[in-house]
Amino acid sequence: MSSTMAVHSLWTTAATTADKIPAPKIEYAQLAPVLIVFGAAVVGIMVEAFLPRRSRYLAQIGVSVLGMAAAFAAVVALAADGYASKKAHIAAMGAVAVDGPALFLQGTILLVGIVGVFTFAERRLDPKAHGRHVDSFAAQGSAIPGSEQEKEAVRAGFTTTEVFPLLLFAVGGMLVFPAANDLLTLFVALEVFSLPLYLLCALARRRRVMSQEAAVKYFLLGAFSSAFLLFGIALLYGYAGTVTYSGIASVIDGTAKLTPALASSSANDALLLIGTALVGMGLLFKVGAVPFHMWTPDVYEGAPTPVTGFMAAATKVAAFGALLRLLYVVLPDLRWDWRPVLWGVAILTMLVGAIIAVTQTDVKRMLAYSSIAHAGFILAGVIAASPDGVSSVLFYLAAYSFVTIGAFAVVTLVRDAGGEATHLSKWAGLGRRSPLVAAVFAVFLLAFAGIPLTSGFAGKFAVFKAAAQGGAVPLVIVGVISSAIAAFFYIRVIVLMFFSEPKADGPTVAVPSALTSTAIAVGVAVTLALGLAPQYFLDLAGQAGVFVR
Amino acid sequence: MENLIGLLVLAPLLGAGVLLTGGRRLDRTGHWIGTALAAASFVIGVVLFAGMLGRSGEGRTLQSHLFSWVPVGGFQADVAFRLDQLSMTFVLLITGVGTLIHIYSIGYMEHDERRRRFFGYLNLFLAAMLLLVLADNYLLLYVGWEGVGLASYLLIGFWQHKPSAATAAKKAFIVNRVGDVGLSIAIMLMFTTFGTFSFGPVFDAVSKAHTGILTGIGFMLLLAACGKSAQVPLQSWLGDAMEGPTPVSALIHAATMVTAGVYLITRSGAIFNAAPDAQTAVVTVGAVTLLFGAIVGCAKDDIKKALAGSTMSQIGYMIMAAGLGPIGYVFAIMHLVTHGFFKAGLFLGAGSVMHGMNDEVDMRKYGGLRKFMPVTFVTFGLGYLAIIGFPGLSGFFSKDKIIEAAFAKGGTEGWILGGAALLGAAITAFYMTRVMLMTFFGEKRWEPDAEGHEPHPHESPKSMTIPMIVLAFGSVFAGGLFSLNSSFLKWLEPVTGHAEGHSPVSAATVTAGTMVVLVLGVGLAWLMYGRRPVPRTAPRGSLLTRAARRDLLQDDFNHVVLVRGGEHLTRSLVYLDHSVVDGVVNGTAASVGGLSGRMRRLQNGYVRSYAVSMLGGTAVLIAATLLMRGVA
Repeated sequence: MSSTMAVHSLWTTAATTADKIPAPKIEYAQLAPVLIVFGAAVVGIMVEAFLPRRSRYLAQIGVSVLGMAAAFAAVVALAADGYASKKAHIAAMGAVAVDGPALFLQGTILLVGIVGVFTFAERRLDPKAHGRHVDSFAAQGSAIPGSEQEKEAVRAGFTTTEVFPLLLFAVGGMLVFPAANDLLTLFVALEVFSLPLYLLCALARRRRVMSQEAAVKYFLLGAFSSAFLLFGIALLYGYAGTVTYSGIASVIDGTAKLTPALASSSANDALLLIGTALVGMGLLFKVGAVPFHMWTPDVYEGAPTPVTGFMAAATKVAAFGALLRLLYVVLPDLRWDWRPVLWGVAILTMLVGAIIAVTQTDVKRMLAYSSIAHAGFILAGVIAASPDGVSSVLFYLAAYSFVTIGAFAVVTLVRDAGGEATHLSKWAGLGRRSPLVAAVFAVFLLAFAGIPLTSGFAGKFAVFKAAAQGGAVPLVIVGVISSAIAAFFYIRVIVLMFFSEPKADGPTVAVPSALTSTAIAVGVAVTLALGLAPQYFLDLAGQAGVFVR
Repeated sequence: MENLIGLLVLAPLLGAGVLLTGGRRLDRTGHWIGTALAAASFVIGVVLFAGMLGRSGEGRTLQSHLFSWVPVGGFQADVAFRLDQLSMTFVLLITGVGTLIHIYSIGYMEHDERRRRFFGYLNLFLAAMLLLVLADNYLLLYVGWEGVGLASYLLIGFWQHKPSAATAAKKAFIVNRVGDVGLSIAIMLMFTTFGTFSFGPVFDAVSKAHTGILTGIGFMLLLAACGKSAQVPLQSWLGDAMEGPTPVSALIHAATMVTAGVYLITRSGAIFNAAPDAQTAVVTVGAVTLLFGAIVGCAKDDIKKALAGSTMSQIGYMIMAAGLGPIGYVFAIMHLVTHGFFKAGLFLGAGSVMHGMNDEVDMRKYGGLRKFMPVTFVTFGLGYLAIIGFPGLSGFFSKDKIIEAAFAKGGTEGWILGGAALLGAAITAFYMTRVMLMTFFGEKRWEPDAEGHEPHPHESPKSMTIPMIVLAFGSVFAGGLFSLNSSFLKWLEPVTGHAEGHSPVSAATVTAGTMVVLVLGVGLAWLMYGRRPVPRTAPRGSLLTRAARRDLLQDDFNHVVLVRGGEHLTRSLVYLDHSVVDGVVNGTAASVGGLSGRMRRLQNGYVRSYAVSMLGGTAVLIAATLLMRGVA
């Protein structure tokens, strides 16, 4: 009897306890951008599964562009509704922040994603294979390079339209990454956007072995860094007993009520510091900061150029967004510890990127090292630890991502018999043959170099100003020296294009379809608009510069 | 009334705009448009003058604020005009003489294809010059200052097909730039010292400023004046500027633009009064130039260059008078006005002679022209009498006053300046008599040119002679009119201030002295050029004569000191640039390149080494973080 009573009471207790577990409250409207993109990605998978091969291409472009456009509209609607400022809050049970920086970066990533789709979908550059237009991606990813199976796939006119859902998944992950408000969400988002990127890297139509090698390198090193990140998360959880950003922050600043058990572990600052360093390392790997940069040139060179462009632009935006949020929300009270360390990383990154780029002979590798140097410049703004620092980094990311995607789009146009002619010696005299393409590339190079009237100048000026005001004058001096070194190799390409004799067997410039033309035109337009009238966009970034906690 | 001041500038500016952009369809009417707008400006000037006479005391000064030009924080520059007695005098001189010369040019430039453009440039000059004298602040004055420089450049090089004209224009422009730098530095000094460059506030603040600063500003203003007014050491361009059409020489390089330096110093009197060292420099420059120009004028056989030397010398008188301070300002301006009449008349006369002599300029090939060109002879002769200071004519009154003021400076300085002025007067009498005798007296010396065309000297058309007659009236009567009851002194005194000097010699003695030197100069010239026939080819002459023919070696001096020195400096700087600067730059670039080559070897393509670098990097990161805290 008593036992039945006990059992009964257990039952009822269980039942009542079960009643007390609150159903998770999800603010679907506020998460709409992310949900729309993932939904579109799922639709893309369905398209692959159920539509005939012929109609997949157009359907995928439609789904991707519409999906991201709708998500962008949702971002704008949220921002207009005040979620970027006074209504900013944390949604999805503390997992995702909806605030100014998140919305600004999500908007940037979505626009870059749409432009990325244009470059992915380009089918006019490669010569026709068996009477069909082909894109930059392998006919069949699973076919072994050079095998009979591959030839068959080419003959049959297969195309890998899966790249579009992969892109959407990557974009979805990138949308969550800078908005993630707990460490687990951060980690999941990291993997969600990394895995599709590894796959995309492996899918080049030409030089497939190199492409696959790049993908494997990226995957191995990415997994390696993820392990560090995850270990760091574990240490931070051990320190604070929670993975939410605000929870950890309140333990650090001492406002949290701690259980006695937790009090003893959080007394150990080593847990906090090592955890911070490891999580930081995971993010620095993604932004390509020295000494975690070594994957960048190999992957940039091996990946299909449209993927390189998208990845270089969007990954940097997402990763810097996450880094900003971590430093400004979780670790503001620890800034006396992380700032000197980041100083060192930023200085190394700027100098190493700029110096190694000087002797590069491949345009994609050169742009890879240039992206490393730029990561250093952006870190200078991150270090400022001020509202100006945040807004300058946001502005820089927006400016840089469009320059990058435009520049890589131009790289896809310059071709010879072996596909893209990426060796710099082949670019000699390009300005004589194709003045327009060379001029457009020159605009991008000048923006990279930070010449006034381009977005690069405004961005660099903003981050250096913020850094100098934040007391990092030596950093700014190193930054300016690196910029001077970097200007050398950018301008050398301009000199090469316009002032040297074209080679007899030089590459031709393919005439792209409206897709790549649009991508390049958007790049030039944004570069010049942000360069000629930076203040409006700086103000926009400034209004979006406050993190919710 | 104030609104008319803007129109004064606007009318010729409109003319320049219309004529220079109107194209060929204005070729037939362009000169009338230009002349009409110059005349319109003159009429407005007369109306304003009448209005000014109707008021008295402080009320005579009109100020007109058009718009804010450069409003940047504490830096406020306005387009504002100031019409007081000083600028009124200039307005009447510029527009009056300017209009006459426009009329003269209609005839003089009749056969020139580019006459419309010529009138456009003349109008541009009038607008710029009026802006210069009407500006209420130094920055706007600077705009006019540069504007007249531009117009002068365009007009000297008007016959640009002649290499000599193109070179002369360039020379004038470059030498003027040296002076302009002085003006711009002076303006910057004013802004940093006073925080403004409006005339009123600057002059009010002078008493509070440090004398050293004021001396600096004064020297820079003097440099500017030297450039624009062809004073030693920036005098070398004026002789070559005679390459321009003669009406240009008359208007710009005799009557108006070259006197801008005198205006600048007089306008800035408050600054100079407080900077005695700068004043000493001004009188020195004036005294040296008045002798320099006079000596050059004696040796030139080119009638225009002889007159150019004379212009330089006469402006030397004005600069010297302006440098004397309140005892001299009024007389500097008075001489400026009378000089404007007689020198413009002399140049127009010279142009008339050239017009009748197939553009011959060598006086040794003239002779006896008085019979062929009676009107030119009479008007030129009256101008001649005026400039040498013949009693009763304009130059007599104005120059005499300057000589008196120079003596009144007092002390040794007074004696030196007075002596120089007297000596200058003697030389003036000599070289002007020489010009007169060589041109209009003696036997005819002209011959057929290489193609057998013999010149047929003839009187010029009415459009040319009428302006000459009008100017001759000015040459004769202006001085007397100004001195009558000291009217000019009373007119200008409220603006420039006036003080009576204490001359060690009486006014009568000075007048007697000038009469003596006048007679000496004329007599000597008559002995040399009147009594004896003038040789067609110039004799070798004494050392001084030969030096004076080469403009007292001014170009040789500039060549040796400035050009050669500049070349040496440039060469050594180029050497420095190539060896040291390029060495450092290339060395840095090479070391960056070398470093880059070595560092890229780390990028060996193996994932394992990349992973090791990441591991090492992480270890360092952790260590650094712990070290920062000192936890380890």
